[in-house]
Amino acid sequence: MSSPTVGVLLSRVRVEEKLLLEELESRHVPTKVLDDRELVFELERKPDIGVDLVLERCIQHSRALYALWIFGIWGIPTVNTFEVADICGNKLLTTMRLIRDGVPSPRTRVAFTPESALVAAEELGYPVVMKPLVGSWGRLISKVNDREAAEAILEHKDVLGTYMHSIYYVQEYVPKPGRDIRAFVVGDETIAAIYRYSDHWITNTARGGRATKCIVTPELNDVCVRAARAVGGGVVAIDVLEGAEGLLVNEVNYTMEFRNSIDTTGVNIPAKVVDYVLSVATR
Amino acid sequence: MAKCPECDAEVTVGTDAVKGEIVSCPDCGAELEVTETKPLALALAPEAEEDWGE
Repeated sequence: MSSPTVGVLLSRVRVEEKLLLEELESRHVPTKVLDDRELVFELERKPDIGVDLVLERCIQHSRALYALWIFGIWGIPTVNTFEVADICGNKLLTTMRLIRDGVPSPRTRVAFTPESALVAAEELGYPVVMKPLVGSWGRLISKVNDREAAEAILEHKDVLGTYMHSIYYVQEYVPKPGRDIRAFVVGDETIAAIYRYSDHWITNTARGGRATKCIVTPELNDVCVRAARAVGGGVVAIDVLEGAEGLLVNEVNYTMEFRNSIDTTGVNIPAKVVDYVLSVATR
Repeated sequence: MAKCPECDAEVTVGTDAVKGEIVSCPDCGAELEVTETKPLALALAPEAEEDWGE
């Protein structure tokens, strides 16, 4: 059977996209790069874009989301699916899925006005974390230590933020031992995990967090695979906090970055992703 | 080899560079995008936007 043609939807060729393209090439998989800056979707008819499946690697959530929606309507399989991107791209939708499926996660409140958000923060108890529903690399995430800080942050969000900042997502602050865990789930397996160490409470490696290998214990695998299934499954990266009562899933990411995790874990992550993509293409 | 659009330094990229790849200028550290490979052309990579990354 001939290999399917894989379309790689991307905005820029970062290290991750280059590794994925090299992996596809090494297996002689026909590949077509779809640059999201050049695409024009003629919505009335499904075009022959010459791909059997799309691997989504956009850097921008909004482009990924709408492109996946269109490809889905056209019947072109995608990794990940629109559903996964939609859920993972929004912290409220993610949290609700985790709760629905009994995946442990930090206590969270959502409110629609600064006043009610303040009530939520007081009820949770300081410090709390306020996050924009959409956003990444830890941007605009605030650790709020007391009521005065909460009032200031809420006023800034109210006055300066876009409408998305007027949905107030308030979460308990989980003290962590100077690190958190990022685990990579492909299909039904947690293929690798790293600890992200930082002196700062935000541990994203994009923000300077240092990566070391984390052993995938049965407990970690279980919570991560359940989190992945809760958002729809596929290729996702799970952010896990080590709470006093056990592991807590903080976020699920759907266009995962993994450049700092291949050497650290010794796992060929792009090869695992390509394995999965090809398995979806031949379903 | 091409000039960095930010600081005018000479920037070289690997022979395996592809269009759309992001490289850093060794002199000024600017993030550059390879817009053409033959001949090599570089442009400043766009600034991060609100819905970028993960």
